[in-house]
Amino acid sequence: MAVKVIIPTPLRVYAAKKDSAEVSAQTVGEALGGLTTQFADLRKHLFTDDGKLRSFVNVYLNDEDIRYMAKEATPVKDGDVVSIVPSIAGGCASA
Amino acid sequence: MVDEFQLNIGYELAERIGNHGAETFPHECCGALLGRDSAFEENAGGASSREVLELFPLVNRRDDSPRNRFAVTAEDVLEAEKAARKHGLDVIGWYHSHPDHPARPSQFDREHAWPWYSYIIVSVLSGKPADMTSWRLNDDRQDYTPERIEIRNRAAV
Repeated sequence: MAVKVIIPTPLRVYAAKKDSAEVSAQTVGEALGGLTTQFADLRKHLFTDDGKLRSFVNVYLNDEDIRYMAKEATPVKDGDVVSIVPSIAGGCASA
Repeated sequence: MVDEFQLNIGYELAERIGNHGAETFPHECCGALLGRDSAFEENAGGASSREVLELFPLVNRRDDSPRNRFAVTAEDVLEAEKAARKHGLDVIGWYHSHPDHPARPSQFDREHAWPWYSYIIVSVLSGKPADMTSWRLNDDRQDYTPERIEIRNRAAV
């Protein structure tokens, strides 16, 4: 299945400045794997050393959070869009 | 490595960030900075320039601690990115306010920030916008580099 993966701005420097990439995959996990095969530098920004998605990285299939589907095993179909979405937070208190 | 970062923003947009902080005072406000970074343009070379061209104000989702924390949902981030694409822009950073605190990033800010983005912080003192600063997290995530804000005296495009 041909799917499009959207790359957020802070990660584009590790993806030849591209805002998206086309990959062939059966699942969301395979799509992310295909992306990090194309752009090896992305890998450590998406996954921990033991291969889990980093906690400040969210992944959406079209408009759905994959955490509420089958996570990385969620199947994809032709034309689907996988979005890598950074978590954004902060605040003035230090602790 | 770039020695000095600079973020260009129109006067009106800078004023809107301060006003957003005043509206939500004593709670923190937050929103996305939509704009352009020349590094992403074709044939980019040399030092990049970055400009805020639109804002995407968001609701602070930290109902438990809105005076000293902010968070947005992943759906908010997706919406901000869609809004940016609609205008032919990118999400180049985020802004938030520090009510009755200086416009300096906290340790909590650093732990939750991403390299590359511009992070504007506006200090809001007794309900009035005060200092505005901008920061970029270093690639090693250990510290920030201050980014000079160049406020331009013209309306946003």
